[in-house]
Amino acid sequence: MRLRKMIHSLFLINCSGDIFLEKHWKSVVSQSVCDYFFEAQEKAIDVENVPPVISTPHHYLISIYRDKIFFVSVIQTEVPPLFVIEFLHRVADTFQDYFGECSETAIKDNVVIVYELLEEMLDNGFPLATESNILKELIKPPTILRSVVNSITGSSNVGDTLPTGQLSNIPWRRAGVKYTNNEAYFDVIEEIDAIIDKSGSTVFAEIQGVIDSCIKLSGMPDLSLSFMNPRLLDDVSFHPCIRFKRWESERVLSFIPPDGNFRLISYRVSSQNLVAIPVYVKHMISFKENTSSGRFDVTIGPKQNMGKTVEGVVMTVHMPKAVLNMNLTATQGSYTFDPVTKVLTWDVGKITPQKLPNLKGIVNLQSGAPKPEENPSLNIQFKIQQLAISGLKVNRLDMYGEKYKPFKGVKYITKAGKFQVRT
Amino acid sequence: MNSDKKEKKKEAVKKVIASMTVGKDVSALFPDVVNCMQTDNLELKKLVYLYLMNYAKSQPDMAIMAVNTFVKDCEDPNPLIRALAVRTMGCIRVDKITEYLCEPLRKCLKDEDPYVRKTAAVCVAKLHDINAQLVEDQGFLDTLKDLISDSNPMVVANAVAALSEIAESHPSSNLLDLNPQSINKLLTALNECTEWGQIFILDCLANYMPKDDREAQSICERVTPRLSHANSAVVLSAVKVLMKFMEMLSKDLDYYGTLLKKLAPPLVTLLSAEPELQYVALRNINLIVQKRPEILKHEMKVFFVKYNDPIYVKLEKLDIMIRLASQANIAQVLAELKEYATEVDVDFVRKAVRAIGRCAIKVEQSAERCVSTLLDLIQTKVNYVVQEAIVVIKDIFRKYPNKYESVIATLCENLDSLDEPEARAAMIWIVGEYAERIDNADELLESFLEGFHDESTQVQLQLLTAIVKLFLKKPTETQELVQQVLSLATQDSDNPDLRDRGYIYWRLLSTDPVAAKEVVLAEKPLISEETDLIEPTLLDELICYIGTLASVYHKPPSAFVEGSRGVVHKSLPPRSDSQPCCECALTPNPSHSLHPPPPPLLPPPVPLPVVPPVTPPLSPQMGGGSGSFAAAPSTTAPTNMGAPLGSGLGDLFDLTGGVGTLSGSYVAPKTVWLPAMKAKGLEISGTFSRQVGSISMDLVLTNKALQVMSDFAIQFNRNSFGLAPAAPLQVHAPLAPNQSVEISLPLNTVGSVMKMEPLNNLQVAVKNNIDVFYFSTLYPLHILFVEDGKMERQTFLATWKDIPNENETQFQIKDCSLNADAVSSKLQGSNIFTIAKRNVEGQDMLYQSLKLTNGIWVLAELRIQPSNPSFTVHPIPENKWRRVRR
Repeated sequence: MRLRKMIHSLFLINCSGDIFLEKHWKSVVSQSVCDYFFEAQEKAIDVENVPPVISTPHHYLISIYRDKIFFVSVIQTEVPPLFVIEFLHRVADTFQDYFGECSETAIKDNVVIVYELLEEMLDNGFPLATESNILKELIKPPTILRSVVNSITGSSNVGDTLPTGQLSNIPWRRAGVKYTNNEAYFDVIEEIDAIIDKSGSTVFAEIQGVIDSCIKLSGMPDLSLSFMNPRLLDDVSFHPCIRFKRWESERVLSFIPPDGNFRLISYRVSSQNLVAIPVYVKHMISFKENTSSGRFDVTIGPKQNMGKTVEGVVMTVHMPKAVLNMNLTATQGSYTFDPVTKVLTWDVGKITPQKLPNLKGIVNLQSGAPKPEENPSLNIQFKIQQLAISGLKVNRLDMYGEKYKPFKGVKYITKAGKFQVRT
Repeated sequence: MNSDKKEKKKEAVKKVIASMTVGKDVSALFPDVVNCMQTDNLELKKLVYLYLMNYAKSQPDMAIMAVNTFVKDCEDPNPLIRALAVRTMGCIRVDKITEYLCEPLRKCLKDEDPYVRKTAAVCVAKLHDINAQLVEDQGFLDTLKDLISDSNPMVVANAVAALSEIAESHPSSNLLDLNPQSINKLLTALNECTEWGQIFILDCLANYMPKDDREAQSICERVTPRLSHANSAVVLSAVKVLMKFMEMLSKDLDYYGTLLKKLAPPLVTLLSAEPELQYVALRNINLIVQKRPEILKHEMKVFFVKYNDPIYVKLEKLDIMIRLASQANIAQVLAELKEYATEVDVDFVRKAVRAIGRCAIKVEQSAERCVSTLLDLIQTKVNYVVQEAIVVIKDIFRKYPNKYESVIATLCENLDSLDEPEARAAMIWIVGEYAERIDNADELLESFLEGFHDESTQVQLQLLTAIVKLFLKKPTETQELVQQVLSLATQDSDNPDLRDRGYIYWRLLSTDPVAAKEVVLAEKPLISEETDLIEPTLLDELICYIGTLASVYHKPPSAFVEGSRGVVHKSLPPRSDSQPCCECALTPNPSHSLHPPPPPLLPPPVPLPVVPPVTPPLSPQMGGGSGSFAAAPSTTAPTNMGAPLGSGLGDLFDLTGGVGTLSGSYVAPKTVWLPAMKAKGLEISGTFSRQVGSISMDLVLTNKALQVMSDFAIQFNRNSFGLAPAAPLQVHAPLAPNQSVEISLPLNTVGSVMKMEPLNNLQVAVKNNIDVFYFSTLYPLHILFVEDGKMERQTFLATWKDIPNENETQFQIKDCSLNADAVSSKLQGSNIFTIAKRNVEGQDMLYQSLKLTNGIWVLAELRIQPSNPSFTVHPIPENKWRRVRR
């Protein structure tokens, strides 16, 4: 008998290789199937390098790694792997949403809710309810107050009516939402991904932007969000609530929002001249032949930062294996070097243009080790408040369908994404 | 759990569930948990349902106790409970329960509440998995088809999903009968249903074949908005539909260009997602850039490797970079590759170095730059970098002969540091190939010769060839060296390949040095970048599978998915401007795409013109002609194990025709294998038979020529079961014109084995005084069924259970009106033994076993329905022909 089913089973595994939860949507698959996963994990050495699709004689294992937990799904037939991966991420998102964190402890503490959730999210391989709005109507998230009340009154955390949004044309929103303070907030968050080569010129740069929203509006509000410069957005992914036709014709985001927090759009700006690089790095890392030592000298400074302060600067460097320890002096902030993982972390903080932060000193190598060949890459993190580096600006937000006047707010922030400087 | 208090019950059940989640066996509590089921508390009910689904299979009798509650719950006024009950019942895979499920399911499929309907739609698929016949008999499939027209898009999406799943196991059925009307309904539902539903609908759309380019375009137009969806699986499914239908659009169309432009951004966006998603996206992009490089040709930079990408993402990006490399961007690409060559990860560095070589071969203008980059890398003296560089430089020499020999000196400096066979072999090849320009080539090669027997085969072969080349170029000083290597290869080595090559060279050199020169120093075909492209018909098929596991493994699903015998091979629709007639667009893809020919292999470093491995002394029967048994071309395409078996069994059941005898195994009538036209007047017809343990090939040789034929000999090429003649072909008197002779040639199965395609293919060469002739024939598999193929009953039972699903195949044999006993005895005649017989609901079930000459067991179940004279056979080859230890 063949078994046709998208996701047959799910195993949650922590970093030390313990299976701490298993869920089977059909017959029970023995835990031993995870041995293939452990084998791959061992081969990969680093947890992040475990391949997401592993084939075994009778199954396929498709896994994701989130918050120090492997979500390993067991598949028996041809399925779209992206479908499975997306679903697994959705499961992790839901745990995060319900328990405030997606951790082994949180999952173990709420194991029954986790089981109820998984059962509600997938039926025979068909995702059933993955919208947090709907799930929360079916299974109420745990709160301290509710568990106290439940234990006294004997009421349950499982809703006994059909979720209202589940079958309407707007499955993401439930009916009868009511707030005393009606508010709508939008966070425009942009991350710069960049590769800077050793001479300081940009090899590659792009902006990954998202607009995260927190909407607490009563009733069925119909919103329109317009931009000063919508032309910037030519590569966008939308939340299902957005009316695509309006966007195509008028470049306006028109939608009935889900209730609460959600990601409205994500977008990508790649055209090179639009991506400003807000910091520069001057570096000198060298190893001398036959002396078992080297020099390290790095300075970070602001550029193209539109007059805003660059803050939250942290530099991490994966030093070559031969490095034993580092003897450095920081003019600002503090640094640590982990001799086991060879990771140097320098927490710089805010950059003041008058006095540029510098970190320099001596690198000690294992005696007798050959001069390292590889050039370490510098990974930089930073934040700039009140700035969307692409220049994207919200023009206005209009609301139709409801009478009240909501409070509206927009916040901008720019961060470093995968920002690396080669040396 | 037996407490009166609801709260206590609930707590107890929760504890049971908690133990279940960590894999503890709590099935012993089954009766107690089921007792808690009749409750109006929804949470408790759900918990009990959860428990039931897990353990019902191990406690089927107990599970029956729950049926009444299920049936009652299906009538509950609360739609949530109705849906829950029908959903849970479907998950309980116990035959007895399914009978009770039909009525409630029928009601739920027509329920007023769409939530219940959509749950019921999925339940039909579940039930079909447990008992397909039941679903068909009850008419659920038609109800499901009606749901495609449901007013609620979620119901439509689930109905489509359920039908697709069922259709997969019934590839021939016309379940998803797609026509312009139903397509229109799907496209409407696409806009309104959830993201998961959209994936099901898009995957279903991809199977549709639009009737013309106008229809294709209009579907594309309605699908493109999905490219902006936040869910990457939706995006990739939409890409699949577009890539497929684009094939029908004319390239001159404005819309074609628009569509190309629209495809790039969503593909690039996938690369900013989580690494797991990136990996799958990259594997698919790899296919897309091979099919339509124009889509992403300006997006090279997004494939630049980031330092903290996981290794699996890095390697994929690198591969795509090479595919996109062109004259316009080669400078950037090379600078990047050079950067990667100094990274930490050894595998990645190696691949980066190889990539530089591939660039050189792909973009001619860049070759010089690539070579100098490689030389820079060699200067780093990092051992594995140097070795990889030498391997790729060899390929560059083969692409651009006589252009970059100036670097040979630098390469020679690194001779001593090479410790990997591939690098050593490459270096030796270079020395041999350019021996005339390397002053001390003889010294260099001699230095390798010292440890000849410790080298790997690859290096030994290369060294042998290189020294022979050297000898041909500088015969005077290297006589001794070549003697030495030839004797090392032929006398001291036990490697047959090496020995054969040594003998060939020896013979060539001693008989005809001029010919030797022509053979060994022949001009070599140039290599091209095409060598690492996916073969076009396979690529087209894979494009139809974008987003699936097939696209991740770059293999058609038939090659690896369990139970894929039902997989329909997909092909891209023909382009409308090249295929004006509509019918063509509807004809199924030709079957030759089933087994695409293997991609062109790299020509061997030393181009030996098709000289087969002939060991001197040559076989006496064949008269010593050089290479009279040229190795027949073999294919490496995956073998469908079902097909040859099927034909074999079909023959066996063809009991009405043929000369089947009860005492011996079935013998097919003789057919003409070699027509006289093709063999200068010799006609051969024949068949195979098996009698009391011996196999024979029964031949009739007819002389249709005007001259007398004599000196017959026969030889077989290597084949799947090692069939070989057990005695020479005995034709006692010369064969006069218009005379025939009947010969029975005994065969054995101790010859050399090589997997053939199809499995039972046999290539034969026959020689007479006129010439050598070749033909191939298919032998019936049952001649290989041995007499002791009767398995012990106990062993049979145990083995039957252990057979993995993917080893099961089944087919029907039509129009055979024999009863079970007659069948059993007929089969026994062919060494297929009945192990057990039972009667289930009026059907006779026969359990059969047989064993092949090479020790493989095949187990089968025969179902004989008296009303319908047809047989269902499940041959179950043990684990892909796993040998059973005896």
